Amino acid sequence: MFNVIEKRIELNAPVSRVWRALTDYREFGEWFRVKLDGPFMPGEISTGHITYPGYEHLKWEATVQKMESERRFSFTWHPYAVDPKVDYSNEPATLVEFRLEPNDKGTVLYLTESGFDALPKDRRFEAFRMNDEGWTEQTSNIESYLKQRP
Amino acid sequence: MNRGGKRRAALKVRAVVFAALGAETRLALIEKLSAGAPQSISRLADSSNLTRQAITKHLRVLEDAGVVQSIRVGRESRFEFRSEPLHELQSYLERVSAQWDEAMARLKTFVEK
Repeated sequence: MFNVIEKRIELNAPVSRVWRALTDYREFGEWFRVKLDGPFMPGEISTGHITYPGYEHLKWEATVQKMESERRFSFTWHPYAVDPKVDYSNEPATLVEFRLEPNDKGTVLYLTESGFDALPKDRRFEAFRMNDEGWTEQTSNIESYLKQRP
Repeated sequence: MNRGGKRRAALKVRAVVFAALGAETRLALIEKLSAGAPQSISRLADSSNLTRQAITKHLRVLEDAGVVQSIRVGRESRFEFRSEPLHELQSYLERVSAQWDEAMARLKTFVEK
C-alpha cells in the first residue's frame, strides 16, 4: 500500500507494561533512542534529540495527538527527517498511531504511519479514514502491477 | 543545489505524487493506462462516466506528478503511464518501514526483559 505503513507485533508483556514503554517519555526514549525534554501531553509538542548512534545531531519534534489509556497513543511528526540542514516544519506531517490489544500471551501492538499524501492539516484524519477502503482496493491493484514489472 | 536543497525538493515531489494518487478517480485512470497502450482523452472518457473536462483535469494532476506523460501520435495527444515515481514512493516507504521494524524489535526487547 502506498499511503500507509502498518505493523503488527506480539509482545510477551502485559498491556500496562507496553503502555508505559510507549507513553512514559523516559521509557519511550530508551527503545526509540531519543532523549526527550519532558512528558508526552495530548495536544502539545514534544521536543528532544535523537540518541541513535550516528544521528545524535538530530532534533526530535512531534505533536502528541491521542493518549487513550492502555489503548491508543498517537502523534504527528515528519517521517525520516534525517538531514539537520533541512527545515522539515513546512513539509507534510504524518500520523503515527500505536494501538494496543490484550491477548493470551500479553499484548498485540499495531503501528500505523499514515498521511504521506499531505492532506491539509485540519481534514487529514477524516479524509484519510474515508478514503481508506478505496485505497486498499486500488493500491493492491497497482501493487500487483509493480510486482509484475519491477 | 546543495544536498539539503535536493532532499527538500525530493520531499516536495514525493508529496505531490502521494497527493496525485490520493483520489480514486485518478487511481482508476492510472490503472487503465498502466494496463495497456497510451490512450487519448476521448477514449478514456468513453470508458468512464466522467466528462472530458474532468478527465483532462485529473490527467493534468497526474502529469504534474510525473505519473503520466503525454505523447503525440499523429495529430492526437495520448497519455501513457510512467512507473518511476511510484517505484520511488515504494522505496521511500520501504526505508521508513525498515526503521519501524528496527524500533519495534528494540521495543520488544525492552518490554520483555
